[in-house]
Amino acid sequence: MEVFVQQLVNGLTLGSIYGLIAIGYTMVFGIIGMVNFAHGDIFMLSAFIALIFFIFLTSWLGIGSIAIALLIVLVLAMILTSLWGWAVERIAYRPLRGSFRLAPLISAIGVSIFLSNFVQVVQGARNKSIPPMVNGGITLFEDNGYAVTLAYKQIIIMAATAVLLTIFWYVVQKTPLGRAQRACEQDRKMAALLGINVDRTISLTFVMGAALAAVAGTMYLLYYGVVSFSDGFVPGVKAFTAAVLGGIGSLPGAVLGGLIIGLVETLWSAYFSIEYKDVAAFSILAIVLIFMPSGILGRPEVEKV
Amino acid sequence: MSEANSTAQAPAQASPQAAPAARPLLTIRGVKTFYGNIIALKGVDIDVNEGEIVTLIGANGAGKSTLMMTIFGNPRAREGTITYAGNEITRMATHDIAKLNIAQSPEGRRIFPRMTVFENLQMGASINAFAHFEQDLERVCSIFPRLKERLHQRGGTLSGGEQQMLAIARALMSRPKLLLLDEPSLGLAPLVVRQIFDVIRELNREGMTIFLVEQNAYHALKLAHRAYVMVTGSITLSGTGKELLADPQVRAAYLEGGRH
Repeated sequence: MEVFVQQLVNGLTLGSIYGLIAIGYTMVFGIIGMVNFAHGDIFMLSAFIALIFFIFLTSWLGIGSIAIALLIVLVLAMILTSLWGWAVERIAYRPLRGSFRLAPLISAIGVSIFLSNFVQVVQGARNKSIPPMVNGGITLFEDNGYAVTLAYKQIIIMAATAVLLTIFWYVVQKTPLGRAQRACEQDRKMAALLGINVDRTISLTFVMGAALAAVAGTMYLLYYGVVSFSDGFVPGVKAFTAAVLGGIGSLPGAVLGGLIIGLVETLWSAYFSIEYKDVAAFSILAIVLIFMPSGILGRPEVEKV
Repeated sequence: MSEANSTAQAPAQASPQAAPAARPLLTIRGVKTFYGNIIALKGVDIDVNEGEIVTLIGANGAGKSTLMMTIFGNPRAREGTITYAGNEITRMATHDIAKLNIAQSPEGRRIFPRMTVFENLQMGASINAFAHFEQDLERVCSIFPRLKERLHQRGGTLSGGEQQMLAIARALMSRPKLLLLDEPSLGLAPLVVRQIFDVIRELNREGMTIFLVEQNAYHALKLAHRAYVMVTGSITLSGTGKELLADPQVRAAYLEGGRH
């Protein structure tokens, strides 16, 4: 029981990080029907940006308060990563719009390889780490000498995910920008006829996705304290899986999918074998897609014409 | 607006019996449009004057809808010029053209199926920053009471006629000076067709300029001040609505064997 609850807490934390990355996949796929394979590497890049600022702020400038440092790091990482997201779209995807369907996909794989190699060259191939920033936690209950704890950093991660999901969901559903994004998703040509700048809307979608990836990257660093240039790939694929599982195009679906993948992965590791945790996560995806092809919260494709 | 424009128009500007005011709003000169290497418009000249209803009739595949989209720069005209209210818009981006107060209810309606009727109308109002949204919403709801009943239903669940009403209503939300309507009667029941044509007449009476593309030639010609006939990418005939309605060629090709 204690082990189970502890794994539940750990799984939800990991799932929150997947969910944040998954939102970026789902938004970009929703609007231009493209899997942005570079998104995982944008996430990794943002973790490095966060790492650099963390070290700069705490060691060099000697900012004592972790809370303030974390907040500054988060904001800076979001800004810089958004710039990267914007630039990638501008350089690697926009010129290929209107070309054959696979072209941007291939370009995305190229960007992914470029980003991980760029970080490897600039930052070195070894793991980079920061000293633990947020320590301690709340002991939920104790049984047979096994204490189930909810670490403060886990609380931060889950709270950040909940808040950001709410904000982004609100933006997409209720603001003119979100409406423009959904219009571009449903009929780009018509959106332009109504005065929507389609290119700008797509750019902003990439920027929003990258900003969330930056939050995920910062949280990842906060949680594990270690990051390496190759850390973009596996979380990226898992987050993509989460987006498909939750129903691609749906923001709450992306987070739900992330939480499920995170839970399956941690519970499997705890009770079965840690080596096969990825097999378990991807099997769930296969099973769900067989019975619910549009994902858990995805829309079934029925439209009246 | 005056000099460069009037010289460009001088030869063609001889419409025999221009309706209310003969101030040109939309001037299309020698427009050629291609899809890849295939020519779709072979040099089209059309004038739409302020306050008029101008209609363009022609068979399926003649290039009518292509012209409508070419006005909005998508696809772009490869040759020729399109002038709107004194500005050349031939090379402008589609979304910038929309901001000049031209609205279109395009071929196939193109409503946003996964947005509610209300959101579709909000999209229509996006260019004027919702300055008079409530007022305009009330207005289109009084023109099309059916939409009011379905305001919070998704666009994709509407019937064909309701979708057509929504497409027109959405175009009206931006308070356009020039309204382009592409086949508003397509696939609709006769009663609904009549209703939509009544709306067009009413909008024009209120001062809106309307450029209408139709296959339903009889209704369109009865409604229009002036009309053009398009055959495989070229304008073959033009005149007042009445003239074309009486023209034996037009009667043979577009009217007889039809409803009248």
